[in-house]
Amino acid sequence: MAHSVMKLKELESYLQDVDGFEKPKILLEQYPTTPHIAACMLHTMHTRYDDLHDKLVADLGCGCGVLTIGAAMMGCGYVLGIDVDDTALEICARNLEEFEISNVDLLQQDVNIIGSGVRMHKVVDTVIMNPPFGTKHNQGIDMIFLQNALGMARTAVYSLHKTATREHIQKKAAEWGVDIEVVAELRFDLANTYKFHKKKSVDIEVDFIRFSHPRGKLKNR
Amino acid sequence: MKLITHNMLTSNIIKGVTKGYPLGIIPRKVEVKDVDYNPEFLARMIPNMDWSAVCKAAKDVGHDEGLPKEIAPNFTENDEFLKAAHHVLLEIDVVEGDLVCPETGRKFPVSNGVPNMLLKEEEA
Repeated sequence: MAHSVMKLKELESYLQDVDGFEKPKILLEQYPTTPHIAACMLHTMHTRYDDLHDKLVADLGCGCGVLTIGAAMMGCGYVLGIDVDDTALEICARNLEEFEISNVDLLQQDVNIIGSGVRMHKVVDTVIMNPPFGTKHNQGIDMIFLQNALGMARTAVYSLHKTATREHIQKKAAEWGVDIEVVAELRFDLANTYKFHKKKSVDIEVDFIRFSHPRGKLKNR
Repeated sequence: MKLITHNMLTSNIIKGVTKGYPLGIIPRKVEVKDVDYNPEFLARMIPNMDWSAVCKAAKDVGHDEGLPKEIAPNFTENDEFLKAAHHVLLEIDVVEGDLVCPETGRKFPVSNGVPNMLLKEEEA
């Protein structure tokens, strides 16, 4: 690739300065994407698939913005960070200011209804997200995020899903006619994010997945 | 809120609204911020913009002077057009104001640069 690539370690060390949630909200499943995982995800999107550089990117459920900021650092043309929660968006805006990133916008919107609510059908190149896993009080929310993301993206959607749901997701992807590739298997440490996590650390297995629209089969808007 | 973002927003999330596009802008505070010029990115995304909505939004915020009314036919190689598009889409920032649904007049506030498109339960 002609353009210079930010090194993985360098990206990770920058992302360590992104402030996270002060008081995570259980109902919104606000667990943060760690700098390490965020950096690995973004680096892969860039080096293996060229899905970030000069691209128009949306981050669904951006939270405090670790993926949004990292994507901007990897050379995106513009990133739209979308979240329902105003506290998250305030922290995210503060982070953007501290990082002096100017090609990012934030939007307060319910991702559940965004498929119809934004004139966004196939208007972004790449969607990145760390969706709620939909295990607490909002079962199925991960699939709603995914479906809306696929509607918005022209090329690819990068997402994290519990490995336990892989078969279900593969079935859904086949139904929707999208290609699916499990890029990596990760271990997420939800280290006492919430009070009901009684154990010191709760490791869960998570798939990092790339969904893509088969070439030439892009549905018209 | 940049005008590229405005170009993607509609109010058809409101029950009964069919198109809800483009949203009017009542600006209260508009700033111009420097953003790095990226012609490759612009060439890629301009075909997906609704240019008449860009022009209307630019007029609403008082920054339409000298803005081409249509996308130049050879825009990928037209530096002058790309620079004008860059400025209007990425550098104009609505910090405070309202977005207005063209069908119902419902206002969506923009505060600290972030549009709030959340609905009340009975509206959705």
